[in-house]
Amino acid sequence: MITLRKTIPGLSLLALLSVWQVLATCLNSNNLPTPLIVGSVFWHGCLSGQIPFHLGVTLLRLVVSFSIAMLLGCAIGIVLGRNKKLDAFFDNWLVIFLNIPALVTIILCYVWFGLTEVAAILAVVINKLPNVIVTIREGARTLDQDLLEMASSYRFDKRKTLLHVVWPQLYPYIMGATRSGLALVWKIILVVELLGRSNGMGYQLHLFFQLFDVANILAYTIAFVAFIQLLELLVLKPLDTKAQRWRR
Amino acid sequence: MIAIDIKSKMFPAKGRAGHHLAIADLQLSFNSGEFVCLVGPSGCGKTTLLNIIADLDRDYEGSVSFDLRRSHPKIGYVFQNPRLLPWRTVRENIELAIEGNSSSENIDALLEVMQLTQFQHVYPERLSLGMSRRVAIIRGFAINPDVLLMDEPFVSLDAPTARQVRSLLITLWQQRPHTVLFVTHDLREAISLADRIVFLAAAPMKVVNEIAVSIPRSERDNEQVIEAFRQQLLQDYPELR
Repeated sequence: MITLRKTIPGLSLLALLSVWQVLATCLNSNNLPTPLIVGSVFWHGCLSGQIPFHLGVTLLRLVVSFSIAMLLGCAIGIVLGRNKKLDAFFDNWLVIFLNIPALVTIILCYVWFGLTEVAAILAVVINKLPNVIVTIREGARTLDQDLLEMASSYRFDKRKTLLHVVWPQLYPYIMGATRSGLALVWKIILVVELLGRSNGMGYQLHLFFQLFDVANILAYTIAFVAFIQLLELLVLKPLDTKAQRWRR
Repeated sequence: MIAIDIKSKMFPAKGRAGHHLAIADLQLSFNSGEFVCLVGPSGCGKTTLLNIIADLDRDYEGSVSFDLRRSHPKIGYVFQNPRLLPWRTVRENIELAIEGNSSSENIDALLEVMQLTQFQHVYPERLSLGMSRRVAIIRGFAINPDVLLMDEPFVSLDAPTARQVRSLLITLWQQRPHTVLFVTHDLREAISLADRIVFLAAAPMKVVNEIAVSIPRSERDNEQVIEAFRQQLLQDYPELR
């Protein structure tokens, strides 16, 4: 029974590839190349160094902007979650920033700061930051007051309280923000690169769009999605398992 | 020695009253190494008093002073709910409460007295309520406190478990005689544990009476002796009923 359950994701992926293969064969069009053709394009892109280079550039932007957004978002989220006056003051700001379309932020950043790397990173951070703040703020609001009192009565210093009392309670919220953040940030980065950078996945996708090169578009997409999946399997899931081991 | 002199402690109240006076002109003192039970009806402010002593509640007029050379007293607090960190093992919960380098032998000894040695690497979720309470007691003693505050720590335990934990507590306290302030509304429990019982009344809190428990420690396990003392107490002081 367990073996069958473990094979289900693999079988499902195989089924998706089969449907794709059948559709592509039936249509017989350059607009939907077969998985084999995309695989071949992907392989050659890897060998030529093009995919690793542009994927690397995009990933670097992702790491930098995601890290800044998460660090700032966690800090601000905790402060707003614990301070009602500040929360009341900044709540409207958050709602406004949450509802500004990503494209507007990107355009404004490029207009105000030029077509630079800093403007690109800033645009991604501004887009992601409100989401992280809102998620972490919710977590900070639900912190267990009893445990905080215990920490206070036993004279835990700020570092010890943050590390051993606050952080574990915020962990599910941080993981939620991380997962949704990764999914959101890389999509924004592609737009940022498409509009104002001369390298990265977004730039390449724009190029292939102009050439109607669907095989390359799919090859680059698969490369990125595969990377995020690997990150989930090799980093996030093991982290989750380790952090949740105290639960029944 | 601990001296408490609380002029007033108010809580916000609804309606015209504006504030509810919880404690007024309360003076109490506790000797070093004394086991004192504070007995009073529900809502009379016993937990508030402990929170003030623990410095968790600073919104009051008056003072709590400790006869110490250090600037800050070390306060152990055993809450009604054990308040253990669920993501830390039994041993880690105890170690975290201790400032600086913890003495491993000290924790081993405490775990042994409270019969928890084999559970030291277990997470709190896997412990029974009685065991969790024992861990909370160990944590309180582990910091070598100037005063150990205990807020109805055996409430909601079944009678045999409560008796067992009380007995372990006294064993530990006799080995490490720290000042203990134990809040309860159960007179039998107070008689079985205390050197002195302070009876409190509500609204605002005031001391009704203070009585030294004269029963030798060796006879405190005998429920008939405890009950006889209780009956005598209620006969001598009808205001305690």
